[in-house]
Amino acid sequence: MAEKEITLMKGNEAIAHAAIRCGCDGFFGYPITPQSEILETLAELKPWETTGMVVVQAESELASINMVYGGAACGKRVFTSSSSPGISLMQEGISYIAAGELPALIVNVMRGGPGLGTIQPSQSDYFQACKGGGHGDYHLIVLAPDSVQEMADFVDLGFELAFKHLNPCMILADGVIGQMMEKVVLPPFKPRKTDEQVAAECPWATTGRKGRKHNIISTLMLKSEEMEQVNLRLQAKYKRIEETEVRYEAYHCEDADYLICAFGSAARIAKKVIEAAAQEGIKVGLLRPITLWPFPSQIINELSKKVKGILTVEFNAGQMVEDVRMAAAPGTPVEHFGRLGGIIPTPDEVVNALKTKLIK
Amino acid sequence: MTKEIIIAGFGGQGVLSMGKILAYAGLMEDKEVSWMPAYGPEQRGGTANVTVIVSDEPISSPILSTYDVAIVLNQPSLELFEGKVKPGGALIYDSYGIMTPPTRKDIHCYRVDAMDTAAANNMMKTFNMIVLGGLLKIQPIVQIEGVLKALKKTLPERHHHLIPMNEEAIRKGMEIIQEI
Repeated sequence: MAEKEITLMKGNEAIAHAAIRCGCDGFFGYPITPQSEILETLAELKPWETTGMVVVQAESELASINMVYGGAACGKRVFTSSSSPGISLMQEGISYIAAGELPALIVNVMRGGPGLGTIQPSQSDYFQACKGGGHGDYHLIVLAPDSVQEMADFVDLGFELAFKHLNPCMILADGVIGQMMEKVVLPPFKPRKTDEQVAAECPWATTGRKGRKHNIISTLMLKSEEMEQVNLRLQAKYKRIEETEVRYEAYHCEDADYLICAFGSAARIAKKVIEAAAQEGIKVGLLRPITLWPFPSQIINELSKKVKGILTVEFNAGQMVEDVRMAAAPGTPVEHFGRLGGIIPTPDEVVNALKTKLIK
Repeated sequence: MTKEIIIAGFGGQGVLSMGKILAYAGLMEDKEVSWMPAYGPEQRGGTANVTVIVSDEPISSPILSTYDVAIVLNQPSLELFEGKVKPGGALIYDSYGIMTPPTRKDIHCYRVDAMDTAAANNMMKTFNMIVLGGLLKIQPIVQIEGVLKALKKTLPERHHHLIPMNEEAIRKGMEIIQEI
């Protein structure tokens, strides 16, 4: 009964609670606004005394991501979290984890950049998350929560996807979802995997040789032919993920004349815009990508043929809009509206943008 | 019923915790709630505000352009939010921090002299609960019982003996609020 309890908490706190409940083995992170409550909540909950989950405040973001690299190589459910500038510091490690085909979870609660930027909410790391922020041809599976409930739910989902595809997964949230409080039902407790389970389920993991042949996790391939084979294997995997893991929410799309495409908290604002537009007799729908990679191109293409135009609403200068333009049927007007540097667009501003950019 | 509320003032006045208690009280009454702080680097001083939505329906955006109720506890907040109250909505202010009172005629303006009352009655620690009492008098968004349950839920047990003090402050706020 206690497990089903509805409670009120911040998105960041929900991530910490969900991690402990979903059998996470370790967290390694370094504080940065607006996501410090993840580490703070974990420290307060002391999971090392209950589930045995390790919580480490590392000396830096570089240390954090490399601790995650090590933990993942051992077949453990490990994660880190940070905000934009800290995630930039982690990119080398993320590329290595992708190359090593290891499961890991990375949480980015975005703030405004570039540079050290501002601590206010932003969505300006879309390119970094979806187009390969580190070097090499790789992809992260990118989940974009739009509520505190999804912050809680996507921790387990992220781990499941990461282990299913042996690929790092990122929860791409923003300061709004991290800092706001909403009702949430935390996931039920599930135990951490035993060493025997890890050895059985992760035959690739460096769990101690014990008579079998060595497992070596290395991303260095000096022979180009070998490196090409690695890349081809990765590309085949990415194709599989694109075919099977696309997730999205279609809201009021059935008879919409216009479509808003938005993710995370921008999608919440869009829902308010849809209410306001409906009062003026304008039928607007929302297509909210839940996976930003793989991107829901097909549904956007289908919807684009039924509407008079698409507006993307993002807290950035126009990043996801590029993927929407590629997905939309040729000739569909696709416009972008965003505020920059940590400013959140108000519903009124978006209604105006819809009118001036699309309806005219 | 959906009530969209902004509470704004100086950091340290208890703006965020007032919002939190309101949101928790909504939760206790099985309503949908959201609590969205405008967070900043300041701990004390500077400006702080929080948007609280209490509704019978699922909440779309936690971020709003206009509000049913604005509670403003200092001059900068009044200047920022007076214009964002929906016509017919309510503006509540504490005259202690306000040099130029609100001028709009298409909204209901209420004065709750919480700071003076708190100072006169040795209630400085529950200043924000006086303001909350004022709000609940003019807009019974949640019942006082819901607030008390919320306090019980959010306060650690060692502070539960302070709940009657908070209740007294809420009732004081209900007494002293007046329409201008």
